[in-house]
Amino acid sequence: MLYREAGDFKTTYAKDSQTFPIKADRMAYFALLAVAFGVVPFLINDYWANAVFVPFLIYAIAAIGLNILTGYCGQVSLGTGGFMAVGAYACYKLMTAFPEVPVLLHVLLAGGVTAGVGVLFGLPSLRIKGFYLAVATLAAQFFLVWLFNKVPWFYNYSASGQITAPERSMFGIAVTGANTPAWAKYLFCLVILVALAWLARNLTRGMVGRKWMAIRDMDIAAEIIGVNPLTTKLSAFAISSFFIGVSGALFFAVYLGAAEVGEAFGIQKSFLILFMIIIGGLGSMFGSFAGAAFLVLLPVFLKNVLVGGLGWPTDLAAHIELMIVGGLIITFLILEPHGLAQLWRVAKEKLRLWPFPH
Amino acid sequence: MPDTLLYAIEVSLNGLMAGIMYALVALGFVLIFKASGIFNYAQGVLALFAALTLVGLQQGQIPFAHVINASFGTDLHHFGWTLPAVVAIALTAVVMVGLAWAIERIVLQHLVNQAPIILFMATIGLAYFLEGLGDVMWGADIKKLDVGLPQGINETIDAVTFNAFGYGFFIDNLDIIAAFVAGVLVLALTLFSQYTKYGRALRAVADDHQAALSVGISLRFIWVLVWSIAGFVALVAGIMWGSKSGVQFSLSLIALKALPVLMLGGFTSIPGAIVGGLIIGMGEKLFEFFAGPLIGGATENWFAYVLALLFLVFRPQGLFGEKIIERV
Repeated sequence: MLYREAGDFKTTYAKDSQTFPIKADRMAYFALLAVAFGVVPFLINDYWANAVFVPFLIYAIAAIGLNILTGYCGQVSLGTGGFMAVGAYACYKLMTAFPEVPVLLHVLLAGGVTAGVGVLFGLPSLRIKGFYLAVATLAAQFFLVWLFNKVPWFYNYSASGQITAPERSMFGIAVTGANTPAWAKYLFCLVILVALAWLARNLTRGMVGRKWMAIRDMDIAAEIIGVNPLTTKLSAFAISSFFIGVSGALFFAVYLGAAEVGEAFGIQKSFLILFMIIIGGLGSMFGSFAGAAFLVLLPVFLKNVLVGGLGWPTDLAAHIELMIVGGLIITFLILEPHGLAQLWRVAKEKLRLWPFPH
Repeated sequence: MPDTLLYAIEVSLNGLMAGIMYALVALGFVLIFKASGIFNYAQGVLALFAALTLVGLQQGQIPFAHVINASFGTDLHHFGWTLPAVVAIALTAVVMVGLAWAIERIVLQHLVNQAPIILFMATIGLAYFLEGLGDVMWGADIKKLDVGLPQGINETIDAVTFNAFGYGFFIDNLDIIAAFVAGVLVLALTLFSQYTKYGRALRAVADDHQAALSVGISLRFIWVLVWSIAGFVALVAGIMWGSKSGVQFSLSLIALKALPVLMLGGFTSIPGAIVGGLIIGMGEKLFEFFAGPLIGGATENWFAYVLALLFLVFRPQGLFGEKIIERV
């Protein structure tokens, strides 16, 4: 009854093409933003920030990035972990080399560096397609991880081979390093996520995004109607890698604080992000958020139930968790191959007709 | 002959042997990809699961002992018997066939006609599940697999090469057996697919699902069949790898090593898997031998992928893959 477009008259073109055409959606969106910015920072504590909110925000950025490449442009990538590592190491080098520059700039520059690397590894996509490409992106994953392990310059010749984020602050409040308050971590990531999500949403519904989708749906046909596959594919790689690089930089600098490349950015990370967009929904902005939330919350939930609730030893719980995650992924794919975003879409369609469905 | 050349020959021989081991895993991939177009990421975990089951059955472990112990406070671990290797292998083969049937029943049947990436993700989910299941059933500790295969340096080759060149080559007996087994396996698979009724059906399905269905071939039976064969290949790979380096989690990572082999050989070609395996195995060992010391070592982690990537840029379907023809 409340959720429908009837009575919400659009009087300008801008209004007609807005992201949320239904008034209730717009209100929900602004309400969510208000809660995220106005309520959560006052209530958040270290546990919630480190276990739930900060990883969710960072993974959401990565998921949006991968969704641009895989969901919108149709190029399956298994190199996400490697690109996140590029972001992390670029951020680390910049932070240590230019301590006086604001850390936000470092994070964005790290994204820029990753975009360059992404384009480089995206070049083969012009020749290689489908699963061959997916496996080819593994080359990026393994090569980059190896590179950051073996070349001491990247970790500033530290004895442990780890990179550790130095303390940097914005407006006088630490956002990286050991003394960061939980709310500062959260807000820093949130601001970046909101800005990038806004950017991604508007890119994907504009000309760039339509070109990506044309290439995804059928690349030869897209080429015939005048979409340049070179610039389109490479722009998808560049922008996707930018997002992933930013998330990698945040993951290292804000969330982990110290990172060892094989452990933090291994192949498992690539799969995790890919799972997020598959479970969330390929080619959907909502799906990136939903998938990230689902896969961040699931292990926390399972751990609380299995170890906290049933009192099983942690190693057994870890194995059972693996089974449950695997089983859930399969169940999800069988029940709804288009992900949580499709469930959301169906729910909204139903809601529009409620309470008088025809 | 100069020493470096001798070392290089020894290294490349060992690389060829390692390549055969990769090819054993790649074979399972190819079989499933050919018959169902599914890129089966779980092949490596299938090998791990097979090896775990084999060890568990052979040593009479009680499945799920850890769970039972944790739930009821009991202290179970073994039945107290050991089975002969042959019996254990046969039983494991039966388990793998059952697993293939269950996979078809529970997972694949519901995903017919979905996009390839969805099926691929389903096999990753399957990989996670089986990994967890293997650990929960048999425990996560590193196990020794011993089915009576000879191991260690082959004395004959060592002696012969020592007499010929003054330097004895180190070739592991196990690798030689692996090469032999891989040869037999490829031969058997080729004979099976060329000269038996089910082999013909398999090729028909690989060629065109719908046409195969229309002449009365049961797609579901073929899928169970092909997953069973892949399970059996995984068992062989599991025995070889398990004997070589113990049965542990890292066994499932050999699947990742099999991927560049597949890319190089082509996803749809059985000989391609073997040739690709040999090229990758030799290439990465030689590269590590010559370039590794210069750039910090451990190049084996990525060299195979970069090699396959560069190769694909020039020949996108791999060495023996079917030519990709695109129509609008």
